[in-house]
Amino acid sequence: MTLLEIENLDIALPAGADRPLAVEGVSFTLNKGEVLCIVGESGSGKSMSANALMGLLPEGVEPAGGQIRFHGRDILHLSEDERRDIRGKSISMIFQEPLSALNPLMRVGAQICEVFEAHDLLSPAGRMARAVELLEEVGLPEPEKAIRAYPFQLSGGQRQRVMIAMALALEPEILIADEPTTALDVTTQAQILGLIEDLRRKHDMAVIFITHDFGVVADIADRVIVMQTGQIVEQGPAEDVLLRATHPYTRALIAAIPGMKDKRPDPTAAPAGDAQQSPVILSVSGLNKTFSTGGGLFKPPRVVHAVKDLSFDLHLGETIGIVGESGSGKSTAGRCIIRLIDPDSGTVRLSDVDLTGLGRQSLRMARSKAQMIFQDPFSSLNPRARIGRILTEGPMAHGVPRQQAMARARELLALVGLDPASVDRFPHEFSGGQRQRIGIARALALDPDVIIADEAVSALDVSIQAQVLDLLADLKARLNLSMLFVTHDLRVAAQICDRIMVMRRGEVVEMGPTARVLGQPEHAYTRSLLDAIPGRHHEQAMRRSVATQ
Amino acid sequence: MIRFILARLVKAAVILLAIMIFNFLLIHAAPGDPAAVMAGEAGATDEKFIADLRARFGLDQPFSVQLWLYVKSMVQFDLGFSYRQNMPVADLIWQRLPATLLLTISAFVISLVLGVIAGVLAASKQGTWWDTVISTLALLFYATPLFWVALMASLLFSVVLGWLPGFGYETIGANYTGLARALDIGKHLILPATTLGLFFMAVYMRMTRASMLEMSRLDFVKTARAKGLSNGVIQRRHVLRNALLPVITLAGLQAGQIVGGAVLTETVFAWPGIGRLLFEAISQRDYSVLLGVFFVSAAMVLLFNLITDILYVVVDPRIRLT
Amino acid sequence: MLAGFKRFTRNRGAAIGLCILLVVLLTAVIGPLIYTDSPWKMVQRPFLPPFTVDGLPLGTDALGRDVMAGLVHGARISLLVGLVSTVVALLIGVPIGAAAGYFGGIVDDALMRFTEFFQTIPSFALAIVLLAIFQPSLFYVILAIAIVSWPPVARLVRGEVLSLRSREYVEAALLSGQGTLQIILRQILPNALPPIIVLASLMVATAILLESSLSFLGLGDPNVMSWGYMIGTARTVIRTAWWLSFIPGIAILLTVLAMNLIGEGLNDALNPRLSRKGR
Repeated sequence: MTLLEIENLDIALPAGADRPLAVEGVSFTLNKGEVLCIVGESGSGKSMSANALMGLLPEGVEPAGGQIRFHGRDILHLSEDERRDIRGKSISMIFQEPLSALNPLMRVGAQICEVFEAHDLLSPAGRMARAVELLEEVGLPEPEKAIRAYPFQLSGGQRQRVMIAMALALEPEILIADEPTTALDVTTQAQILGLIEDLRRKHDMAVIFITHDFGVVADIADRVIVMQTGQIVEQGPAEDVLLRATHPYTRALIAAIPGMKDKRPDPTAAPAGDAQQSPVILSVSGLNKTFSTGGGLFKPPRVVHAVKDLSFDLHLGETIGIVGESGSGKSTAGRCIIRLIDPDSGTVRLSDVDLTGLGRQSLRMARSKAQMIFQDPFSSLNPRARIGRILTEGPMAHGVPRQQAMARARELLALVGLDPASVDRFPHEFSGGQRQRIGIARALALDPDVIIADEAVSALDVSIQAQVLDLLADLKARLNLSMLFVTHDLRVAAQICDRIMVMRRGEVVEMGPTARVLGQPEHAYTRSLLDAIPGRHHEQAMRRSVATQ
Repeated sequence: MIRFILARLVKAAVILLAIMIFNFLLIHAAPGDPAAVMAGEAGATDEKFIADLRARFGLDQPFSVQLWLYVKSMVQFDLGFSYRQNMPVADLIWQRLPATLLLTISAFVISLVLGVIAGVLAASKQGTWWDTVISTLALLFYATPLFWVALMASLLFSVVLGWLPGFGYETIGANYTGLARALDIGKHLILPATTLGLFFMAVYMRMTRASMLEMSRLDFVKTARAKGLSNGVIQRRHVLRNALLPVITLAGLQAGQIVGGAVLTETVFAWPGIGRLLFEAISQRDYSVLLGVFFVSAAMVLLFNLITDILYVVVDPRIRLT
Repeated sequence: MLAGFKRFTRNRGAAIGLCILLVVLLTAVIGPLIYTDSPWKMVQRPFLPPFTVDGLPLGTDALGRDVMAGLVHGARISLLVGLVSTVVALLIGVPIGAAAGYFGGIVDDALMRFTEFFQTIPSFALAIVLLAIFQPSLFYVILAIAIVSWPPVARLVRGEVLSLRSREYVEAALLSGQGTLQIILRQILPNALPPIIVLASLMVATAILLESSLSFLGLGDPNVMSWGYMIGTARTVIRTAWWLSFIPGIAILLTVLAMNLIGEGLNDALNPRLSRKGR
């Protein structure tokens, strides 16, 4: 039974935006009980279409044409009151950031009760009772206690469950999920996806799932829509789109999924065993870092062991991936190694220099040996400095004359695939992916012995991510870089790392060559991480489909 | 919670102590003999008075002893003696304090209530002429010198129109009692409290408006709309509650300004509070009174900050429960 | 730079403010060249209303002094005190705030306790006390205003530096071996500048209000004709010569309004919205 029909939807953006229409000529249908995935990168218009469904378009954005029919009834041109009647009751929505999506000053139970209140249902006592039932249904432990919690007291996964409870309260026919798991850990993501699937089956609900992750699509979708700059480029049953994609953009997206490329049949790269033969360039031993927060005049502080007794060796030319979820201590470890944060104890030896023992002056000079590539392309470059200055500040601080440093800067820009004339431009003139390249150039400018990439590709769109990873792999081979690659995404680590170190709550639970860790994981946690990767079971088929054509 | 209040009280006590020391340093940094400074212009002529002061505060003794004696006397609420008024300073201040409290608290309440209401109105009708009028008025009130507005107000409403009394606390010689007296005082209170509150009304209005608009853009408002809640409920329960947090913080920061503004208001309207006392002490060069009022007004500000801090913690669970 | 200026002038209020300020500035600079006589000089009968006598467009005050001359010389004082005291307050507040924000820890604690102390003291009362004890002169007036005005600067700068210090490009600068001073001056402060500039313009407005309030109470420099002083002396004759209180007040209001409008215009213009389109 067709629930929803969207025909030739156009949504206009306010004047001055980068294009006149956010969404153009979009048409699709949704049937009862089916899962429709809308896939696209940022700026594709996937969220806009969903917002239009709910009548929640932001200010200045208006539908400019087309129709949306729900049960045959036009819902695009309704009065606000009529729209309110539909929202929460027939069509519900959950969003990406559960912390900011919940009112920080209201208890969670009260926020669930509001859904009933908005549609004049049940008595206050009845609403509370239903709220408890709902929290239990979405799997929150101790629902009677959780009712009285404030959002900040819950974890990300728990908050998302609360959002789902709110969305399901009135048993809507359609649930719109706008990137609900993007901000969550991979294991939590798997749980939430499982929860949504269970509830969908139980309530026979249709789900529109918006995401950028094809792995998720592979796991849950019945039908798939692929969007690019506001238009639908491909549409059809999941299997068709995933395994027999026709549009080049779709194929590019699937190929861009990390780990999709065949791992190293490349004869020029040394086999995994060889890396062990080259000299040790970085040696970490017994690294510890504890954070204590809060605690005032009369309160004991909260203590967190971010890094516990970390020890490993990095060989010349090798890339080790430090993989973990949030709270695993991977970022802290990276920052301790280069002493952006001072570790509590332990030693870090870099090319025979003990970094941990250095005083401030000598540390400043020794800094050039270890550099970092940062995560956020929007805050890793000084917005008021030209690229030339960004790339030459470091070398000049180490005594390199200006002319020389500038010449080298131009070389580096060419090396990372950018126009050398960029030295005169400002960061805001570049895209996210280009800024990451500049960040890589900056890291290389000081000729470091070791580079630490701290979630260097996590903030990028999938296709850009693939390009940057290719660049890193290329540079690695050409310059024989030694790298520590910190990431939460095992697939990314698989693509570029020789060895993988899995961290959990500050400790290393497993370490070994990539192929071994991924193929025969020893630790239960590693196994759960691998299982949680969306699209895992379809990976083989998808890889084959992209390779043959 | 109790821990929080205790910690704040300890901090306030430390600041008060620091102010006492500051006062002491000021007396000694002033040009001239510290005894003459403490005695004031009038008292400086009386030899015996000065000798007394010297003995009491040990002005011939080493610095640290003097400091200790000074602090000791202040802690015992001995703020010195006003030669001119022939009363202990503490008594003088105690006499006048209620009037100032009445004035500042009324001004605060008026400014906060009217300011927030105007801000909510302007935010909800953003872009319409309501918004323009309210915002322009706020801009004007924000720029007017307090003493001038007080003068103009008293000129207009008291002299020209004769609607309200323009000076004093109550009608002299009328000898009202009970409710009639309260009403009389109230009538006298209107002009001073409103003019004092005008500037702060503008401050709170602008902050509330900006805060409401900012909160409206946040994700949880979108969630509330997605649930099907009506706009009124969303504004009240979701936006306003969150928007008031920075307003409360601001109110705390404005405490010092309102107490300072009371000086000007009381002077213009001849309101018998400690602000007016301060003004009189300036012309009489009565430094004991000056420093005494300074200290008490600082204590008032501290108390007020404590109240707003507690209020903030009550409203925002994130501070309370972490 | 040019784009920012365009944005600034597009804001109607800011444009108006700028015009008013220019008028005041011109008055302050050129006026004394026209009204060369001291404003203290008695020129005519007292209490002449405005527009009644040629050459005295705004009439005379209680002592027969030219109101217009007073207004013109007062403009100089207001702008001078406003600007200089703000600069001094910045010179005190910016280093304190930057040090507290950058170094954190004990330095931050100590400096913030110090700042809090000054912030708790009612600023107007403190200014009064300072001027009453150290006899009023233009120097002490400026100093007193600066002393009560610097805490918000320190607070703001500390907040900005604190948030900028953990920006990735600052970490990168640290990693590249740049020294502390260089990082603060070249990476952090330039990015903290916009809110400081906005605050500075609002501080000039507040300083002008403070100066006029102090002069009103008789705590201004007695050798200098200031708008506040004019209102203060006119207070006793308000029933008969209300314009003597009214006119200088309007002058203060317009000047302060202009600074506020300019401050808001600067706020809008200097807010670079780095649009986060595209991941």
